[in-house]
Amino acid sequence: MIENRPIVTFISHSVIILGIIIIAFPVWITFVAASHDALRMTQSPLPLWPGGHFFENLSEALFVGLDVGGASQPVALMLLNSFVMAMVIALGKIAISLLSAFAIVYFRFPFRMGFFWMIFITLMLPVEVRILPTFKVVADLGLLNSYAGLTLPLIASATATFMFRQVFLTIPDELLEAARIDGAGPMRFFFDILLPMSRTNIAALFVILFIFGWNQYLWPLLITTDQSLTTVVMGIKQMLEAGEQLLQWNKIMMTTLIAMVPPIIVVVSMQKMFVKGLTETDK
Amino acid sequence: MLFSPGEFMLKRVHFGPSWLPFALVAPQIFITLVFFMWPAGQAIFQSFLIEDAFGLSTEFVWLDNFKDLWNDQHYIDTFSRTAFFSLMVAFFSLSIALILAGMADRVVKFATAYRTMLIWPYAVAPVLAGALWVFMFDPTLGIVAYTLDMFGYDWNHKLNGGEAMALVIMAATWKQISYNFLFFLAAMQSIPKSLIEASAIDGAGPARRFWTIIFPLITPTTFFLLVVNIVYAFFETFGIIHAVTEGGPAGSTTILVYKVYNDGFIGLDLGGSASQSVILMAIVIFITIIQFRYIEKKVDY
Repeated sequence: MIENRPIVTFISHSVIILGIIIIAFPVWITFVAASHDALRMTQSPLPLWPGGHFFENLSEALFVGLDVGGASQPVALMLLNSFVMAMVIALGKIAISLLSAFAIVYFRFPFRMGFFWMIFITLMLPVEVRILPTFKVVADLGLLNSYAGLTLPLIASATATFMFRQVFLTIPDELLEAARIDGAGPMRFFFDILLPMSRTNIAALFVILFIFGWNQYLWPLLITTDQSLTTVVMGIKQMLEAGEQLLQWNKIMMTTLIAMVPPIIVVVSMQKMFVKGLTETDK
Repeated sequence: MLFSPGEFMLKRVHFGPSWLPFALVAPQIFITLVFFMWPAGQAIFQSFLIEDAFGLSTEFVWLDNFKDLWNDQHYIDTFSRTAFFSLMVAFFSLSIALILAGMADRVVKFATAYRTMLIWPYAVAPVLAGALWVFMFDPTLGIVAYTLDMFGYDWNHKLNGGEAMALVIMAATWKQISYNFLFFLAAMQSIPKSLIEASAIDGAGPARRFWTIIFPLITPTTFFLLVVNIVYAFFETFGIIHAVTEGGPAGSTTILVYKVYNDGFIGLDLGGSASQSVILMAIVIFITIIQFRYIEKKVDY
């Protein structure tokens, strides 16, 4: 603090707290809605204070699910799908980006820059932009309704490759010289020196990519028609569509809550690393 | 030029040519070729074709699809609507984040706790953000719609296009504030305290210090965030719009990305959708180039 101005400090605190309250308000309403029974959630005005049906709704959503016209899927299964998708995307991206950054930074080989630009260009083509032709390719390969189709097209990542390239470029040359003198081959060097040295960056990137994977929506929506592959983020939309007739806002909001919690836990628990990774790599 | 082009960004000490680097880049290149280059090429190729809805016949029409788009008032409207939507989202989320970060930078107590309580919306999926907001504003039950009704305002975003647009802007802004907040706060905290102290000694109050020192010094961050926010509003808000309005009522919240999806998967106009994809790709490439130009400048600076 530069100077002591109690009034300004008080205003600062008030503005932040007000901001936090406004930002958290939608989630509070969701939490309240998730803790009442279905009947209460059809009576206007809706409650502003939690009711006593939270755990009942939780277990029903998790293990029974909501009838969305046809079969009802338990949210637990959707959570599993989301988790698998997020993990495969995050770890897959990290793995292939580490390898290609290693090749581009540490090897001289023909077409090196060609490969680099080819990876770079993927930065410019988010899946939303080329959605129809990508869908067609995946359909032609017979990957619809599979985990492979769900994850593979989202795994290539220019951002992660750039970040690891940046990290590798800051690692002193002497390390490679020393490793070579000790007789280490390229892969040995990669696993024993590069990987341990970039582990904080890997962790920071993992947070960002896990959220990216978990929150995927349009892509899974298009390529999975099989109910058993529904992710929880997609499930919400189906419930919203059916919600108007079914009037089960309590369960819809419970599912929304369940879908939000895992990525929020990841961000908040790995906050320090995440903030560092985000503000230092994106630029 | 420090390096010859072939050695650009290569380590001074490096491994010689062998099959290994090819094997290392292979997975990335394979996925890029199959799921990026090939579909992008297809989109460009498709954009020159007209195909009937059943895929029975195709005709090569050169730039007719683009001409059709150019002459299509709906498409032009979608363009200006997207611009309006993006600017609104960028403006509100940047302003709110700037205010919050400015305050958080001032207070020493609880700074980390405040940050924790402000960053979590980043983790919420766009479609879930949409679900939260559509629930609050539900015309028959929503708590905010009910409150508005008490004040005599009849909210119905299912019928009123302007209200629908306002709702998607609110949901999209809500989700983006935390991201902007983190960057603004990081930028403000990296300003040397001595600068602020010097101007305080010279008698500048908090507001004056903010506008004459802090704000100019974080301009690079602001510019970076502006680009990121526009890209976000252009491409990542699909889930919000799909959950809240499905582009309606009467197309009043259909933005470019939503139209690509809608024309391609609902309308089955493959050529039209593909040419819209091509235009979107051009926009992304344009934005990326601006961003990189600017980053290069910043490095020089």
